[in-house]
Amino acid sequence: MIDDVRAEVRAWLATTWDPNRSLVEWRGMLVDAGWAAPDWPEAFHGRNLPPAAVRAVSEELAAAGAIGAAQAGVRALAAATLLEHGNDDQKRRFLRGVLTGEDAWCQLFSEPGSGSDLAGATTRAERRGNQWIVNGQKVWNTSAHHANYGLLLARTDWDLPKHEGLSYFVIEMHQPGVEVRQLKQMNGHASFNEVFFTDAVVKPENLIGSEGGGWSVAVTTLAHERSGFARSREAREDGGRAGRIYDEYRQEVAVANEPYSWYPQRAGRVDLVIERAKETGAIHDPAIRQEIARLLILDQSAQWYAARFREAQKARRTRGAEGSISKLAASQIARLASDVHTAISGIDAMLTGPDSPHGGIIAEILVSVPAVSIAGGTDEIQRNILAERLLDMPKEARFDTGPFRDIKRN
Amino acid sequence: MEFAFSAEQEQFRDILARFLKDKSPPRAVRRLMATAEGFDADVWRQACGEMGLAGLHLPEAYGGAGYGPVELGIAMEEQGRTLFCAPFLASAVMAGYAVLLAGSEDQRHALLPGIADGSTIATVAICERAGLWSESDITVAATRAGDGWQLDGRKRFVVDGQTADQLIVAARSAAGVSLFIVDARADGVHRSAANVMDPTRKLADIDFDAAPAQLLGIEGQAPLDRIFDAVLVSFANEIVGGAQAMLDSAVEYTKLRVQFGRTIASFQAIKHRLADLLVDVELAKAAAYQAAQQLADGDSATASASLAKAAASEVYMRAARECIQLHGGIGFTWENDTHLWFKRAKSSEVFLGTPGEHRERMLQAMGV
Ligand SMILES: Cc1cc2nc3c(=O)[nH]c(=O)nc-3n(C[C@H](O)[C@H](O)[C@H](O)COP(=O)(O)OP(=O)(O)OC[C@H]3O[C@@H](n4cnc5c(N)ncnc54)[C@H](O)[C@@H]3O)c2cc1C
Repeated sequence: MIDDVRAEVRAWLATTWDPNRSLVEWRGMLVDAGWAAPDWPEAFHGRNLPPAAVRAVSEELAAAGAIGAAQAGVRALAAATLLEHGNDDQKRRFLRGVLTGEDAWCQLFSEPGSGSDLAGATTRAERRGNQWIVNGQKVWNTSAHHANYGLLLARTDWDLPKHEGLSYFVIEMHQPGVEVRQLKQMNGHASFNEVFFTDAVVKPENLIGSEGGGWSVAVTTLAHERSGFARSREAREDGGRAGRIYDEYRQEVAVANEPYSWYPQRAGRVDLVIERAKETGAIHDPAIRQEIARLLILDQSAQWYAARFREAQKARRTRGAEGSISKLAASQIARLASDVHTAISGIDAMLTGPDSPHGGIIAEILVSVPAVSIAGGTDEIQRNILAERLLDMPKEARFDTGPFRDIKRN
Repeated sequence: MEFAFSAEQEQFRDILARFLKDKSPPRAVRRLMATAEGFDADVWRQACGEMGLAGLHLPEAYGGAGYGPVELGIAMEEQGRTLFCAPFLASAVMAGYAVLLAGSEDQRHALLPGIADGSTIATVAICERAGLWSESDITVAATRAGDGWQLDGRKRFVVDGQTADQLIVAARSAAGVSLFIVDARADGVHRSAANVMDPTRKLADIDFDAAPAQLLGIEGQAPLDRIFDAVLVSFANEIVGGAQAMLDSAVEYTKLRVQFGRTIASFQAIKHRLADLLVDVELAKAAAYQAAQQLADGDSATASASLAKAAASEVYMRAARECIQLHGGIGFTWENDTHLWFKRAKSSEVFLGTPGEHRERMLQAMGV
């Protein structure tokens, strides 16, 4: 079957791939042919193919030098959430723009008063006439400054218990009631933002799931975010190829995807460790070799675990919390990798920018890794999830039951 | 490479798990570990008969069931979980692979059917100093004697060496290192049981004093690395079974034990420790499973075998330590069963190479 898929992609590419098309035109063709997201359902741009076949499709695209569907950032979470909870109209309206890259998305979950405790959100959405009116503030929202759509978790009822009064919306970011301010991070980048809503408007058809059913939709987004930490951790380089489409792609990487430029570094750049150890000679130090081996073992085991998990997911043999295993593994790997890079670099780890080894990449690793164990749900929260959902240990004591308006808050 | 067990493999696991639960409860482990031979001959016969356990991974042509490293891994994992006391590692895995990978066609036909049906108990005597199987460590001397050979020297850490009928011995002649078959009861073979900390894994020292031997395979061409990799992969699977047992036991106990008016499982400090342990156990299992898969696919398994051994044996030790800690005082008693696994974890940590040695071996196999 995989061979048939390969042959079909190859034949299709032979007649359609042309580096002088525009990026959006090309991705539109990919979407129409079902190669942009081959694992998606046939009704929505996909072919319902298993993971091995999906890998084969991307290998064929790469072999031909063809650009694939847009992938960076929150769009994948938006798609996964919409595929599970969106109605057909919503899937029709949003999924195509996810794949072509015409739309960019951000996640509007965290607030100054509620991060780990997401269900404590106090941004409010009220029905006025035929519209939802949003007021409040979100924070740490990656790429909100580039996004035209946001995945918004907001409170629609203050008298219900906290998890029951939330609703989930798609909000248009480019409107007068939405103000985005960039925040500078400890690694010098400004990828995340604070977002203020003042009578911002959401159309009624952009409520995802039911009114009051927002929490379960948010849980889907979060589950995909966690298991996603195991993927796409290596930097991609495109070798400066010529053609209009490559120019546009480089532009996308440089501008729209700029907030993610340090993501490979925050994961620890395990792929650079051996090269660096050879450069500095640390490869001959038995103590450092041990640490390198520990890191490679952890990293390989986590990749194998993730592959087994994806297979089990396809066979519907998972309990749903396993993404937290991958997320905790990613934190462990990132921390160990930053230690190993430090040991390999020695005193050069004091330097930053162009003075830091590997054109500043090593310094960027060291100051970016702390994000992994916070973003997407902290390590402590993942541990709670694993203990309660996979080990069936008792839930944390609750002090936040009853109507939301009566609960202690920041 | 496959990333899942088939339905048939899962079913085999279930059947074996039920058999072991019945035949190898801690009570039985305690009884057998106190005996010199260390296993129950009746149960061994049943395991090899009904379950076809010892020949699982051996080809049908030699009396085996024709399955591969993945099924063997499952069998080892379940045995590790229950500390099943049997000469399985020594005879089926170590000697079975040695004969399969080194023996001539005639020798396989002569030796493997007995190993597969459990009527012959064989083991390998390779190690002289602790650690990896390195040719340069081997000093036992092989010299020609009439039609055959004779061996002189000393082997250590021979698993089930006291009870084995046949020994597969690595020894050195002018041509290099070869494997030899030695009748364990022959004149010139002197066996003495070692005092082992882990009494579920019996070891012996064996002195060869002009012991009669027969060459296994080709002189000077013992495929020690290939045998070692295959053994390591299945050993890693045994180890993760033990680690899982320790995790399960710790979780179960914390849900029963009440302090400060609540189960200790409700303390976040304890939930978080066990969640971290769960992550490490799951990653080590993935490593052990994929190493078996790689061996089954016929790929070079040296790097992944060492990877899996290093990962699994460290996690086992950690899991056993956590399990004792979370039991409190009772965890330090002889009466509580945790120490049986703790001692197996310790023996598994250092047997066939320490985690540190395997980390280095992995890097070298990767060309680093
Ligand atoms: C780089 C980066 C990108 C991000 N991108 C986004 C984004 O795009 N969209 C978005 O909505 N958010 C985003 N976030 C926010 C992120 O999800 C939150 O920061 C995170 O969930 C923690 O919330 P908090 O910051 O409020 O910390 P808090 O919840 O206040 O946590 C503080 C500390 O308390 C611990 N803690 C809290 N509750 C418990 C508990 N029950 N048990 C034990 N310990 C506990 C935490 O683990 C942490 O150590 C991003 C964060 C980072 C760092």
